[in-house]
Order: sequence, then structure tokens, then C-alpha cells
Amino acid sequence: MAEVIKVGMADLKTCKSPDSITTLGLGSCVGVAIVDKVNRIGGLAHVMLPDSTVMKENTNIAKFADTGVVELVKQMEKLGAVRNRMVAKIAGGAQMFSFDSKSSLMRVGERNAEACREVLKKLGIPILAEDCGENYGRTVVFYPETGVYEIRTVGKGTKTI
Amino acid sequence: MSVNSLDAMSEQYYDVLKEIGNIGAGNAMTALSQMLNCKVDMKVPQVKLLEFKDVATLMGGEEQILVGVFLGVEGDITGSMMFLIELEAAKHLIGKLMGMEIQPGELGEMETSAMKEVSNIITGAYLNSLSTLTNMMIYPSVPFLAVDMAAAILSVPAIQFGMVGDKILLIQSQFSDDIDIDGFFVLMPDLESYDKILKSLGIVS
Repeated sequence: MAEVIKVGMADLKTCKSPDSITTLGLGSCVGVAIVDKVNRIGGLAHVMLPDSTVMKENTNIAKFADTGVVELVKQMEKLGAVRNRMVAKIAGGAQMFSFDSKSSLMRVGERNAEACREVLKKLGIPILAEDCGENYGRTVVFYPETGVYEIRTVGKGTKTI
Repeated sequence: MSVNSLDAMSEQYYDVLKEIGNIGAGNAMTALSQMLNCKVDMKVPQVKLLEFKDVATLMGGEEQILVGVFLGVEGDITGSMMFLIELEAAKHLIGKLMGMEIQPGELGEMETSAMKEVSNIITGAYLNSLSTLTNMMIYPSVPFLAVDMAAAILSVPAIQFGMVGDKILLIQSQFSDDIDIDGFFVLMPDLESYDKILKSLGIVS
């Protein structure tokens, strides 16, 4: 029986097909899903903040885009995944309260998504699809078997990318 | 002393926050009771310092649908605060206020506006207590409302707290009129405002 592995907030996990991996209720956080297309090893990071280097408190490396995605790739490589066969899909980074604000806290969703794109680019992992921004929460399920990333919302339907 | 981590926060400060929470939530419930013109029973509010993963569980699971009200805090301290309540409980309150049954499904324009009003009164009473205790001027901004999954709404305060640690400080306030209602307050002072609160309370000089 295929299992569904659950990733919490500021957390990351890996999985092997046919298992799938999920994180519930992404808000301004970003869910970075990566898979090795050949051996179907997958992983999901629930990134909360863009940059660990500007934080005094950065012991939880899964929390940040820069350290979290790098760690996820490292853990996948330990399982036998190969970097140049990896592809990614990202979702989340919403602005939960829709109002105009220059405050960096309010734009954190956008900055999270941007930071994830940057670190994936640095690692040479292409982003095949993304569903970021807007103002609503997303529950995501990633299936390494097919590479399908399923996104469920409240009142905005379900889609796959 | 500056507060860089909530874990490292002194016991004393935690107690003070607890006290502010008690009084603030108490005042908020009194205001609510006056507005609804009925008796509202309240339990002693709980101040909780929780791991991110446990916060959603407390509120009925990550995908529980909540109404979250977010407002900015300005004046002598800056930051933001949130009030969270289950959608069904929110509908109950709005229904009482408007004297009508609220239909299932999403909140309409009128209901949203009524919910903002309820939140204004609740959070206003809360901030008033904080202002009185600290002897500081504290003003709330207009409220913003979101109806969504608990975890998604909680990502906003979690990110704010995430800058200083892996825990979130919240106040759970349970009250009941005809039904039991769980309301949650989250106060998120900007980093520099923590020190100001500590100083004004005489904890640090």
C-alpha cells in the first residue's frame, strides 16, 4: 500500500514511489516538490522564510528557502537521486490578507517563492510548473511516481500541475 | 537585554504576557457580551507557547476552516495582531449580532462586514488592556479578514514568530453562550517592540 507522508510547517521529507508526500494548508509558505525522474525518488520542503543568512535564529534549516531546498536535495541524493535528473514544482507563497502594504512581512509569500526559484536555479534544477501567489491557502500532494503535483483549495477548486 | 528568541524569554516576561492575555481576553469577552446583549461565560484564558505543528492541531487540524482577522498595531509599539475563530462559531456570533440565521457556505459581504465589527470590538478591548498595563499608546489599524484553512491563516503569525524561533505564542480564550466557542489571540510585536514592552513593565531597565 502506498503511503502518504506528511510534511509539517518548516519541515522537509523525502519519499520513494509509490508513496506520495503532502503538506496541508500552505499559506504564505512555499511547498517545493522535487523528483528524480528516473528512479522516482521525491521530496517536499515546506519553506517558511526566504533567507537564513539575515536571521539570528536559523538552527532549523528546513525553515528557510536557501538552506531547506539544499538540504532536501542532499537527503534525496543520499537515497540515490541524481541532481541532473531532478525537476521541481512549487506552490504556495500566497498573501493571505489581501491589502496593499509595503511591509516586508506582508510580501513574504512573494519573497518566499522568489527565493525558492533562485535556489533551484543555483542548484540547476528546472521548475516545470508552479502555482504561486494569490490570496488563498493550498493543500498540496506530490506523487513522485507521475510527477503530478495536486493542489486543493477552499472554494477555489482542485488542480494539478 | 534584547529578546532574540522566545525560548530564551524570561519566565517573568512569560508571566506578564499571561497576565496581559488574561485581562485582555477578559475585557474582550465583556465587550462581546455587551454587544450581543447576552451573558457570555468565559473560562480562564490559556497562554500557550506551541511548536508550529501543534498550533493547527489545537484549532481542529490544518484544514479546519477558520476566520482570521489581521490588524496592524501602531503607536508606541508596532507590530500586528490576529484573532482566530472557527467559521461555524463566527457565523453563530454574526447571526446573533444581525439577529438572523447565517446561511452555510462562504461569508457574504454583510457577514464579512459584521465579522470585522465583532473583531474590532474584541481586539480593541484586548489592545486597550495592553495599553493600560504598559501605559503606552497602542492603536489598531483597520481589520483584514480571511476565511481559509487553519494552517494557511496561521502561516502569517508563524512566519512572524519564525524569525525568532520555532514556536508561536498565543492566547486561547474559550467562551460560551448557547454554544462553546474557541477564540485565539496572537500578538506579534515587532522585534524592537518586545524591548519596549519589557521596559514599560519594569522587567528590564
